[in-house]
Amino acid sequence: MTTLPARPAAPTYDTPESDNYLTHDKGILSWLLTLDHKRIGVMYTVSVLLSFLVGGIFALLVRTELLTPGRTIIDAETYNHFFTLHGAVMVFLVIIPSIPAALGNFVLPVMLGAKDVAFPRLNLFSYHLWIAGAVCTVVSLVMGSFDTGWTFYTPYSTTTTAGGVIPVIVGVFILGFSSIFTGMNFIVTVHKLRPPGMTWFRMPLFLWALYATALIQVLATPVLAITLALVAVERIANIGIFNPAMGGDPVLYQHFFWFYSHPAVYIMIVPAMGIISELIAVHSHRQIFGYRFIAFSSVAIAIFSFIVWGHHMFTSGQSSLMNTLFSAISFSVAIPSAVKIFNWICTLYKGSISLNTPMLYALAFIVLFTIGGLTGLHLATLNTDVHLHDTYFVVAHFHYVMMGSALIAMVGGLHHWWPKITGRMYNEKLGMIACTLVFIGFNVTFFTQFMLGSHGMPRRYYDYQAEFQIYHVISTIGSYIMAGGFLLTAMYLVQSLVSGKRAPANPWGGATLEWECASPPPYYNFHEAPKVGDPYDFSNLHWDERGEGYVTVKPPAAKA
Amino acid sequence: MSAHASAGDHHAADGHGDHGHGGGHGHHNAEYPFLAHHFETPAQQFDSAKLGMWLFLVTEVLFFGALFVGYAVLRNRYPDVFKYASAYLDTTMGGINTGVLILSSLTMAMGVYFAQTGRKTALVVCLWLTMAGAAGFMVIKYFEYTHKFHVHLVWGEGFYKPVTDDGGLQAAELSSKAPVPLAPAQATMSAATVTAQQASMPAFVQMPAGEQTAIAPPAEGPSGMAPAVIDAKAAEHAADPATHGDEALHLQDASMPPNTHLFFAIYYAMTGLHGIHVLIGMGVIGWLIVRAGRGEFGPKYYTPVDLVGLYWHIVDLVWIFLFPLFYLID
Amino acid sequence: MGHAHTTSGHGHAGHDAQPLVGHLVAPWILFATGGALIVLTVITVAVRYVDLGEANLLVALAIAGLKATLVSLFFMHLRWDRPFNQLIFLSGILFVVLMMAFCLMDTSQYRDSQYVGNPAGVQAVLDKDAPNAPIAAQKSPDLP
Repeated sequence: MTTLPARPAAPTYDTPESDNYLTHDKGILSWLLTLDHKRIGVMYTVSVLLSFLVGGIFALLVRTELLTPGRTIIDAETYNHFFTLHGAVMVFLVIIPSIPAALGNFVLPVMLGAKDVAFPRLNLFSYHLWIAGAVCTVVSLVMGSFDTGWTFYTPYSTTTTAGGVIPVIVGVFILGFSSIFTGMNFIVTVHKLRPPGMTWFRMPLFLWALYATALIQVLATPVLAITLALVAVERIANIGIFNPAMGGDPVLYQHFFWFYSHPAVYIMIVPAMGIISELIAVHSHRQIFGYRFIAFSSVAIAIFSFIVWGHHMFTSGQSSLMNTLFSAISFSVAIPSAVKIFNWICTLYKGSISLNTPMLYALAFIVLFTIGGLTGLHLATLNTDVHLHDTYFVVAHFHYVMMGSALIAMVGGLHHWWPKITGRMYNEKLGMIACTLVFIGFNVTFFTQFMLGSHGMPRRYYDYQAEFQIYHVISTIGSYIMAGGFLLTAMYLVQSLVSGKRAPANPWGGATLEWECASPPPYYNFHEAPKVGDPYDFSNLHWDERGEGYVTVKPPAAKA
Repeated sequence: MSAHASAGDHHAADGHGDHGHGGGHGHHNAEYPFLAHHFETPAQQFDSAKLGMWLFLVTEVLFFGALFVGYAVLRNRYPDVFKYASAYLDTTMGGINTGVLILSSLTMAMGVYFAQTGRKTALVVCLWLTMAGAAGFMVIKYFEYTHKFHVHLVWGEGFYKPVTDDGGLQAAELSSKAPVPLAPAQATMSAATVTAQQASMPAFVQMPAGEQTAIAPPAEGPSGMAPAVIDAKAAEHAADPATHGDEALHLQDASMPPNTHLFFAIYYAMTGLHGIHVLIGMGVIGWLIVRAGRGEFGPKYYTPVDLVGLYWHIVDLVWIFLFPLFYLID
Repeated sequence: MGHAHTTSGHGHAGHDAQPLVGHLVAPWILFATGGALIVLTVITVAVRYVDLGEANLLVALAIAGLKATLVSLFFMHLRWDRPFNQLIFLSGILFVVLMMAFCLMDTSQYRDSQYVGNPAGVQAVLDKDAPNAPIAAQKSPDLP
């Protein structure tokens, strides 16, 4: 680290680069059939954000319905369909692809110093599969939708007459392969396409996180595929392996389903943690604390995630032996996550913190993930889980980790790399206001639900006792505040595309390789092979008033 | 920037002048026409392809693996079912199938060898032999399956249908019939119990059934969910003159344990999925034959042959486990 | 990178030139592996007729495991491949074993309380079509 040659000064851009990946080719087919990972990442981002809008609308409808006991705006059947769709759309179309496929596709090769991912055509195919999965979901809506909950528990999912079950199963099957192929691509890219000098321990932590996520994607998703295929076969041919009346076992379905779906939630959170590592380090202009701990903890979380799935089944009739085993291991999986939180806080300490929008999102993450993670321990404890399972406590817990952490990190990462991706700066003040709105709205919505759950309100219920109403009303108001925050975010981000200030190559002072190429990057990412240094060494980066960005300055005693 | 004439200069050669080249994959190298633009050397590209393929094979292992877990759980629960039903599988046909797949694996591996050494004709012959092995496997499987369908050794309810006079089973009968309506639970309880129960329930539940939801109950509900339903079906079966008096071939066996249909459920699921993979393999090998015929493979570039070979060996590997687990249970 | 060999022109004395990338496996190794696999298949069928009780399953799995090892080492070239490819293949198998172990541990706990019998509709069919079968006598405890 001490004897690296000085980096070349990043070019300053008073005028936009005449040829970047956005202007390289024109026409809709040049986007839909592109092999450029940056364009694929952008398409994923747009698709994922649109799906977030759809899933969010379902959520707002659900929350509005819950304003009063009994019917408010929709009937019970429709309510069942809406919360199911909210879950399925958010889990399979938004959160799982969001960071790996949307941000990861764009950032990974550039951050690595490579020209593209290992298999560009497979990458495009992954995106087309995502589109196919989304189309299947729409088809399922048309064919009668489904009300099984996003978890598709048998025997209801194998016997319900809702017509949309099989189309959505096909859709999720296809989305699974989209996820698998992205994971395969990332693993091979990180292994084989590192430039000279980029050893494993010189890789930025976001790449470690994407790598660990890719491991989970490859190992866990096939099990979901076969599980859903079996549900479809049960529906069509009634083979009986999940039907107790035919000698089958519905708990077996749950083992199969959660063997994937628990690692799946780590597919959601691990890359989010990777983003936070980047945001914290860059925006506090400080060497990340405990690099190796964070790197290893990502892989440890990935591996541990495979041996805790039974904690979703404590009250399903799982044997007490396995209950105990899963509970104990679930406690230990919290440890690597906690290690990361400690390291981030230590990074912030004595850092030169810029309180801009990405940093606000990162700080929000730390608060919300701590709450989400700790309440997970409430649920991992057998004797409390007996009371809290299938209540709003669980709903609040997973929203804190999936939305308050993974989604917040994704939005923070979007703001962090927005100048790089689009070449524009967004309105910083609006960004901070929107982040505050989202944070406040989120806590009002979901902290209330912890209380709802511990008082006994079950989840997925359409009707409830009058004593719960005040909590539901507060929670719904919070959801409207949060929606306002996201709407504001969408507005100023779109506005920045039209009239935002042109971005310099390095607006934040990052030391990783993606800040060396122009904003937006050229088609081939780098004109020359980048020189690899310490990804968190900010000592040579200085603010340049002229270009309003950071530039690398050679240290006075230049090495020969 | 001449100061950076380092190892990374390769892409200066083929990348730099190509800004107007369009969105293609960029194979610009004359010496290695197959080398993609984002790889530095053929070895890097080959290693990457291999690694990618092994990762895909891992997903296949997990895909079949979950079914093996289902098999293990079912066999753990019903060991007598598996012991009994395995006798109905033809060991000879299974054994021949195993041999055929092993030999086709061998011809595939030889095909890779010939691709590596540039012997085009030998490669194409080996690929055809592999294809023939796969086809032979599917033919034997076809005979196995049709024989079983004939005597109702099938999944689900069809297993318990006696064989009809014409000796066959209509394909339509194999799939689940439209389900029968659910009998309301209250019908079997006394009126007093019902009233007492309802009095203690929240207002929502006390609404008349028609008002609880606007969705009409399905014309036919799920089967196997209520005793009254199943009894109704049994009565219907007893009254049906078409099947009355026929013998059910396997039902005659005195030692048939309960839930034997589950063996066949998992048997068809696993061998069926395996068969689908064999068919996909045949398609992919066919594509290879076309490319090999055009002379696209040689010592410099034979990656697709290698990768398809790996896929075919995994298909063989799965069958190596399926054979003893289904056919050779004593 | 590791395996890049240059083509050395035509082979001499029956020794084929190494391809540009990857490793050439001699045909005799492939044929020997194929032969061994066929032999092991015969053995596994033969063992089926020897009664070893519980061990039958273990022997069958051991032979299948041996065959799988031969296929992966020699047909799939893992013997000469990068160790990382071997590692990922093994880890895939490991995770399947993990899933199997945990699920089996769970269902084993319920052996004693397992319900044995036929669903009512099945029972009716058996009563009619196979009245003398012992299986027909195992009635569901839920039926009157």
